[in-house]
Amino acid sequence: MESAHFTELTLHVDGTEHTLRVDNRTTLLDLLREHLGVTAPKKGCDHGQCGSCTVLLDGRRATSCLAFAAAHNGAEVITSAGLGDADALHPVAQAFLDHDGFQCGYCTPGQICSAVGMLDEVKSGTPSHVTDDLERSVELTDAEIRERMSGNLCRCAAYPNIVDAIHKAAR
Amino acid sequence: MIPFEYHRASSVQDAVTAVADRPDAVFLAGGTNLVDHMKLGVVEAGLVVDVGHLPLNDVDRLPDGTLRVGADVRNSDLAAHPIVRSHYPVLARALLSAASGQLRNLATTAGNLLQRTRCVYFQDVTTPCNKRTPGSGCSAIGGYTRYHAILGASGHCIAVHPSDMAVAMAALDAHVVYVDADGEHRMPLSDFYRLPGDRPDRDTTLPAGALITAVEIPPPPDGARSTYRKVRDRASYAFALTSVAAELVLDSGTGSVAGARIALGGVAHMPWRAHLAEQALIGESATEDTFRRAADAELAQAEPVQGNEFKVELTKRAIVATLNGLAEGRQR
Repeated sequence: MESAHFTELTLHVDGTEHTLRVDNRTTLLDLLREHLGVTAPKKGCDHGQCGSCTVLLDGRRATSCLAFAAAHNGAEVITSAGLGDADALHPVAQAFLDHDGFQCGYCTPGQICSAVGMLDEVKSGTPSHVTDDLERSVELTDAEIRERMSGNLCRCAAYPNIVDAIHKAAR
Repeated sequence: MIPFEYHRASSVQDAVTAVADRPDAVFLAGGTNLVDHMKLGVVEAGLVVDVGHLPLNDVDRLPDGTLRVGADVRNSDLAAHPIVRSHYPVLARALLSAASGQLRNLATTAGNLLQRTRCVYFQDVTTPCNKRTPGSGCSAIGGYTRYHAILGASGHCIAVHPSDMAVAMAALDAHVVYVDADGEHRMPLSDFYRLPGDRPDRDTTLPAGALITAVEIPPPPDGARSTYRKVRDRASYAFALTSVAAELVLDSGTGSVAGARIALGGVAHMPWRAHLAEQALIGESATEDTFRRAADAELAQAEPVQGNEFKVELTKRAIVATLNGLAEGRQR
């Protein structure tokens, strides 16, 4: 095994530090799932198009299937499993439960991480494609939620309840 | 994906040196296009030089009012920047219309300029493609052409450039700043991109091994109003069928068009600066009739292929609708 094709790296994943040596071709998603057994983020399309691999990477939502792990040495990664715990769910996760925001659950970890990241973006005043006035603060309407969450596909079409859950979590 | 060496560049100079003499090397920043293409086998890199951790993250206003955008500035950060939102709404709206929230957080300014066409045949290595392999043929011509060019194409390639940001930057007369072994250079964005001609494998005129370090955007004219309109098959998270980046300056006395900058996306191998439309607008009244005549003037040279003829009229209507909105002072 050619050592030039491997990198030793350290990642902080859901509060735990891991050091490992991986083939440079390893994506962050595959490192999480295959190397660390962190199976919360899912592989839906593996091409950055479905959002089921969404995690919080250094505090911002990102598609982990398009990130080479080697390029994120030292990064902090939070998956949906790292948001709250079984006894005290993260408010977004609780809202998904309360509003039945899922059916099969496959897209759900990505939806939850994406929603957490999205709500932070709203709080920091980031506009979206549907924001009427770029220079005013953002009001989180249905249209804003749908636009901001458009990177997370749900084949079960739980979208209406996902929107409800996010409204609830935003309050 | 073939195995590759990974090198995190310690400086711009280190990055340029690392790829010299390595024709199998690529620069990596956000990776949202490159990693995808490496997975698809479109790109086979033996050496990946990571330039995503260089100090190229700033958006600065220079003394003359020029906005200098670092190559590694994330698309989401650029769209949210207060100066971009207030002075260059066309750029903010172009960025916000693109991709998804997750992708905008990873994607960088330079990567957005350098992203490659999403032509389905280019991305499928089992099909002949002159852009991947010059001389092998164009599978798009005679195939699925809904997302292909109506302007500036050739018999070798009808692919379009997929970027929205680049269309806005083309309208804003941006310059690309890059570094190679000879030092720092800059060139207008209009010179940066190429039409396919008989060498569709070359998307840009960037010298081999050069690293983009910034994009510079001149200050907007007084009284400028601008916006970006994207026409597509879905309401979000889809590439443009056609798009319009437009900036108008209206004469404060007569209300006629004193200045106009228009660029089109989704219709050509590069952001298409609509010079003929602009010329047809200057000095004319800001009415729908004027806008329609300008759109007709620009699209007279359109050469659609079978399957995308609809895009000619669609583009004209998009131009008219966009200019109408700006003239009426609507936000969007």
